[in-house]
Amino acid sequence: MAVEPSSSGVGFGGTATDSAVAIRLTDVSKSFGDVTAVQAIDLTVARHSRIGIVGPSGGGKTTLLQIVAGLLEPDGGQVSVEGAIAARERLARCALMPQRDLLLPWRNALDNAGIALENRGVSRAEARNRTKPLFERFGLARFEHVRPAQLSGGMRQRVSFLRTLMAEKDVLLLDEPFGALDSITRGEMQYWLGSAMDEVPRTVLLVTHDVEEAILLSKLVVVLSARPGRIVRILEVDHLPGGSRREIVTNPAFVAVKEQALEALES
Amino acid sequence: MTRATHEAPVRGQAAEPAGKSRPARSRALVWSYGPASAITLGAIGLWELILRVAHVPEYLIPTPSEVAADFKSDWPVLEPNMFVTLREIALGFAISVIAGVGLAVLLHLSSTLRRAVYPLLIASQTIPIIVLAPILVILFGYGIKPKLIIVALICFFPIVVNGIDGLRSVDEDLIRMMLTLNGTRWSIFRRVEFPAALPAIFSGMRIAATFAAIGAVFGEWSGSNQGLGYIMLAATPNLLTARIFAAIVLLTVVALGLFGLVSLLERVLVPWAPRGGKTR
Repeated sequence: MAVEPSSSGVGFGGTATDSAVAIRLTDVSKSFGDVTAVQAIDLTVARHSRIGIVGPSGGGKTTLLQIVAGLLEPDGGQVSVEGAIAARERLARCALMPQRDLLLPWRNALDNAGIALENRGVSRAEARNRTKPLFERFGLARFEHVRPAQLSGGMRQRVSFLRTLMAEKDVLLLDEPFGALDSITRGEMQYWLGSAMDEVPRTVLLVTHDVEEAILLSKLVVVLSARPGRIVRILEVDHLPGGSRREIVTNPAFVAVKEQALEALES
Repeated sequence: MTRATHEAPVRGQAAEPAGKSRPARSRALVWSYGPASAITLGAIGLWELILRVAHVPEYLIPTPSEVAADFKSDWPVLEPNMFVTLREIALGFAISVIAGVGLAVLLHLSSTLRRAVYPLLIASQTIPIIVLAPILVILFGYGIKPKLIIVALICFFPIVVNGIDGLRSVDEDLIRMMLTLNGTRWSIFRRVEFPAALPAIFSGMRIAATFAAIGAVFGEWSGSNQGLGYIMLAATPNLLTARIFAAIVLLTVVALGLFGLVSLLERVLVPWAPRGGKTR
């Protein structure tokens, strides 16, 4: 059930060339002992497109992300991320944002966000210089020197996302980024993340159990079944109107996609 | 601190001791140390009272006031010997911290080394280090060396064990995330594992600080001609019981001082660590 990039509605006209493909999964499966986490996954993700993966908890969504990231090797099938097949090479091309923010309590917000630069050998002063503009751009100005313990959950996730961004990888893997937030903060964060991702084009794989979140933040929604995780449906999200969150989520086009996704989840 | 309009981004400001007003600080001090001080003073008073009423002679058990008097008359003897023991404790402790943290890091970084050395490390702790003291005296003589070795051997174990646990306590998800953020083995160790282990290392150091005095005294008992342990030993046949008690008090003060120093160092180096209570 491969979806060609040309049909993903991201604006790559014509047929798929390899340079337009960021991630390609071919017949990927993975088991842990007797438990099959994911099975027969075929998925092609166009460069700089945003894919939402929804599915029931324990359905192998996180496993799928870890396979793409090169943190896990599949038992069968092949994975390529921007042409890279080997796990180490995939790891070098992906940045992971975990569900819990996992900010380091001994670093302030700025130094947490810049850690990927420091890991690459950039000096701390230089990492700060490069990270600071993003704080201003994404509504975190004046919070640079605040320790994580003093930030609210939403602000921590913003820092966490900037940290992922600062890894300067082309592929971002977001693993239920707002799963631990209350619903009001989550709504704000979805809006924030949506506009942040509009500003910095990356290939984004977003895993969530929240169908609305997947539709709001991605152009393509992949519905996974319960364990063993298989792709049961791929839905395109086309031309959602702008406006407030209420206007978007009550729009017939949105509701239609949501209904199809929920139906696929029930099947 | 400014706030964004739509959300309260900053939680209640963490109570920084430096930011407290003076009365608040002194109230906190009373709250922290008041109960323990009250119990200590009460016990001393009771001790004095019982011995006076029962007419216990000084050479059996001296009263607190007799110990205090002894401090005055014996200070020229006590002072130099206190510094001898202090030096043994401080140097031995320093050696144990360097060796303990170093070994914890090595065992953490190499699983082969850990499998080879860790069981031996545990087994070595079943040997009562105290019985090694006479052997060390035979090997190294009456000088400071055997004392340093005994203090270091006693202090070393809690530091290693806590250090290894601390280094291992890091969340697997955090390591995975760091791997995708250009993290190498070394950068993950340096930026995540080691800082994360610091609170545990300091716990080990605090335990070790209380053991250090025991080590120094045993070292001196096995063979020495100076130090507070030696003073106690020499005072016993002469029934100078008040002097023994004075030496014990000084030893306690030295051990508490070391403990306080470690706690202070922790506050400075690990200001982010969650703290259960204000007292240490």
